Amino acid sequence: MMTTFEALAEPTRRHILDLLLERPRLVGELADLLKVSQPGVSKHLRVLRDVGLVKVRQDAQRHWYELRPEPLAEVEAWLEPYRQLMEARYDRLEGLLNELQDEEKRHGKT
Amino acid sequence: MEKLRLVAEPGQHNLTMWRDFNAPRERVFRALTDPTLIPRWWGPKDTTTLVDKMEVRKGGIWRYVQRDADGSENGFNGVYHDITSPERMIYTFEWEGLPGHVLLETVTLTERNGVTTITDASVFQSIEDRDGMIQSGMERGASETWDRFEELLKTM
Repeated sequence: MMTTFEALAEPTRRHILDLLLERPRLVGELADLLKVSQPGVSKHLRVLRDVGLVKVRQDAQRHWYELRPEPLAEVEAWLEPYRQLMEARYDRLEGLLNELQDEEKRHGKT
Repeated sequence: MEKLRLVAEPGQHNLTMWRDFNAPRERVFRALTDPTLIPRWWGPKDTTTLVDKMEVRKGGIWRYVQRDADGSENGFNGVYHDITSPERMIYTFEWEGLPGHVLLETVTLTERNGVTTITDASVFQSIEDRDGMIQSGMERGASETWDRFEELLKTM
């Protein structure tokens, strides 16, 4: 099975998620909006269902596809340690800039 | 509070970050390009950075050596492609532990009302290289967290 990352790597699948963010939709609707064949859209929807980004709600004969955002938190969590590492570096740069300002003041510069 | 914004889209080769600093961009540019100032902020906590080479001009070479608390050393180097004071620098970046995996970094400084925004945009050779860099941050970040935890334990 694909990972959330691999599922999100495909541009059409990201586009599908954008459309589902607005509201639940039917396969035919998605195919029209994306200008992709219905079997093509179904294939992408299967991948998104497998990784849990999309769920289906059945209403009589119709299948509504809905966004399930929980796995996106996993992607955010993946980036967070690197972001914190860079944040720490920039915190030190900020500290240095404050020290430089003090030095400039002492030397009578503006 | 989060001051740094970082974007790394799945399946892409790039990584971009932004952060605002309450300083004119001439000062920010100086902090980024003065070899005597680099050791005062570059490199993670509990490491010391030695500037081996820093020829801040097009075609010039830079090389830093980062020494960890346990004495192990990591070299980083690259070539400056563009230095436009005080607004832009473009250079390559390579960790010597993984030669040949080079990324291109474009650092842009924009100033508005005395606040300078650093935009740091990196383009990697592959998605795997970019994800590997993020992964290494995860390991480093985790180790820093454990270091802080250890410090906390000492005070208890």
